Amino acid sequence: MIVVLVETTPSGEAVEVSREAITFARSLSEAGGGVPVDAVVVGEPSADLVATLASYGVRTVHALTGEAFASYAGAAWASGIQGVRGSSVVVMAAGTPRGNEVMAHVAAREGVAMAANVLSFSGLAPFVVTRQVVGGAALEEMRLGDRPAVFTVAGHAVEAVPAATPGPADVQVHAPEVAAADLVARVVSSEEPEPDLSGTLKSAKVVVGAGRGAGSSEGFADLLELTDLLGGSLGVSRVVTSLGWRPHHEQVGQTGSRISPDLYIPCGISGAIQHWAGCSTAKHILAINTDPDAPMVTKASYAVIGDLHEVVPAINAEIRRRQ
Amino acid sequence: MTTLVCIKRVVDSSSEVVLTEDGQAVDGRYAGFTTSAHEECAVELAVQIGGEITVMTLGDADAVEQLRAALAVGCTAAVHVVADPQTFGPADVAREIAAVARDGGHDLVLLGNDAADSGDFQVGIRLAYELGWPVVNGVSTVSVADGVVTASGAGPDGHETYRVPLPAVVTVLEGGVEPRYPTVPGRMKAKKVAIDERRPTAEPTGPGRVRLLLPPPAPSDVQILGKGADAAPAVVDLLEQLGVLAR
Ligand SMILES: Cc1cc2nc3c(=O)[nH]c(=O)nc-3n(C[C@H](O)[C@H](O)[C@H](O)COP(=O)(O)OP(=O)(O)OC[C@H]3O[C@@H](n4cnc5c(N)ncnc54)[C@H](O)[C@@H]3O)c2cc1C
Ligand SMILES: Nc1ncnc2c1ncn2[C@@H]1O[C@H](COP(=O)(O)O)[C@@H](O)[C@H]1O
Repeated sequence: MIVVLVETTPSGEAVEVSREAITFARSLSEAGGGVPVDAVVVGEPSADLVATLASYGVRTVHALTGEAFASYAGAAWASGIQGVRGSSVVVMAAGTPRGNEVMAHVAAREGVAMAANVLSFSGLAPFVVTRQVVGGAALEEMRLGDRPAVFTVAGHAVEAVPAATPGPADVQVHAPEVAAADLVARVVSSEEPEPDLSGTLKSAKVVVGAGRGAGSSEGFADLLELTDLLGGSLGVSRVVTSLGWRPHHEQVGQTGSRISPDLYIPCGISGAIQHWAGCSTAKHILAINTDPDAPMVTKASYAVIGDLHEVVPAINAEIRRRQ
Repeated sequence: MTTLVCIKRVVDSSSEVVLTEDGQAVDGRYAGFTTSAHEECAVELAVQIGGEITVMTLGDADAVEQLRAALAVGCTAAVHVVADPQTFGPADVAREIAAVARDGGHDLVLLGNDAADSGDFQVGIRLAYELGWPVVNGVSTVSVADGVVTASGAGPDGHETYRVPLPAVVTVLEGGVEPRYPTVPGRMKAKKVAIDERRPTAEPTGPGRVRLLLPPPAPSDVQILGKGADAAPAVVDLLEQLGVLAR
């Protein structure tokens, strides 16, 4: 079987990138003659979650429960996955921070290789995957000769699509013993997550994007005004969230939201492949960038070359003038 | 308290990436080189924690440049495992780091969350299993008091905190601290530090690489609406034309 770690939102739904990973697992299963796809979730799954996983063709939902799983510990999750994986040929997850971490634990414990951020596979015997390296500037074909093959799927590399025929999604609840050593590094406290407002971003008709070019956390006033004038949402690059300029739920890309607005206006965003993964399905892109050779500019439908701190206020003024 | 920080010399991917003829590596002849932001933050955290700080790398002869840069901002010793990093897989690198950590009697090893070139997301975790130590992954702040590491960072359940006893491995994500710039005296001091050069302890098994490829060039049919603030009327014309402007 193929085992997929499925991550859930605070309200218990399967996150989009985990549904993408299951979709990837299904195409692998089809290529491999129909090996069943099982899901591993942490905590008791809701009926809705089970129904979703069934619609994605999952055979069995393994739920890891008990005190060891009450707060996150990467080694404990890996131990739980090892307990249910049986003779599976593949153990995989979405390329999220948790997904990459837990798969690295599984691979280290099993003494096998692990491929992070896989985009596609090109052969089963030998099993060869293509993954992103050098920040997405290059791709690597990598042989995964060990069993289980352990890897993560880059966010938005495939689209999450329910199965043609749903699976039974039988639920098996496990409460495995976890070694004390696997619980030493566990989350001891977590502050309330920032409210996840990415829903409005994902459904917005217009998204104004902001990247490192914004300059600082104070550099967003004009961009927010433009967002307002267009009745849209603000979306940002990972640089912006890593530096703490804006909250994570505003991030667009492989490790953020995927957006498909009528118009995306990325300002001061270079257009790295990981960002592009989240915005490539926008109908129109209007890039504003000082660098005419930035990938975002060359991939855009329209562009303005210039400093966003000059261009955006001028656009705002022109919109107000015409209103 | 002695800390080991692991850094890697990597090509600067903001410059154009060129591959070697055999597709096995990035051709460094045309590239700029750097250390990833995660690792620069790991160095900064080590300096803030204080005490003896050894910076290490497994890399070719030129990687001395990155070791010196780390020495210039406050690391006190350097170990250079001289080898071609392209032929080392993550398990190989973890084994070599473990040998350096054992040998140096370090209590804390800091690494980046992922290397900017190979992006394997796993050397720190494999290292922890080699050493039999706990590992905290992907955190942006780290402090040590009374033999306990407190580390925290953003997670899906909010801002998450871990507390683990030493010895421990921690992998760092950028964003929690601002790496400092080297001072002139710092640079002078760094020049005088003798770098401990070593051979790898074992033959590498390799990264499983078949080959590297460049993504296909995307054809561009961008329409440039103008330059600077003067482009505003053309932009607003477009917004009207696309019907995204409420009139
Ligand atoms: C595994 C992995 C996952 C990732 N996931 C994501 C993700 O989900 N989302 C994401 O965005 N990134 C992601 N990244 C990071 C990605 O590789 C890039 O580093 C990031 O997108 C770059 O952000 P940026 O464009 O804001 O910054 P930069 O690449 O630094 O680009 C800044 C741009 O702004 C322009 N500029 C500068 N000043 C101005 C100005 N005053 N006016 C106008 N233009 C200006 C510059 O010309 C440049 O093009 C990921 C990376 C990895 C390795
Ligand atoms: N050749 C190397 N020398 C020293 N440290 C390394 C090397 N390769 C990886 N690392 C460390 O391991 C981290 C994770 O790398 P990776 O698992 O390859 O993505 C990096 O951020 C570095 O801190």
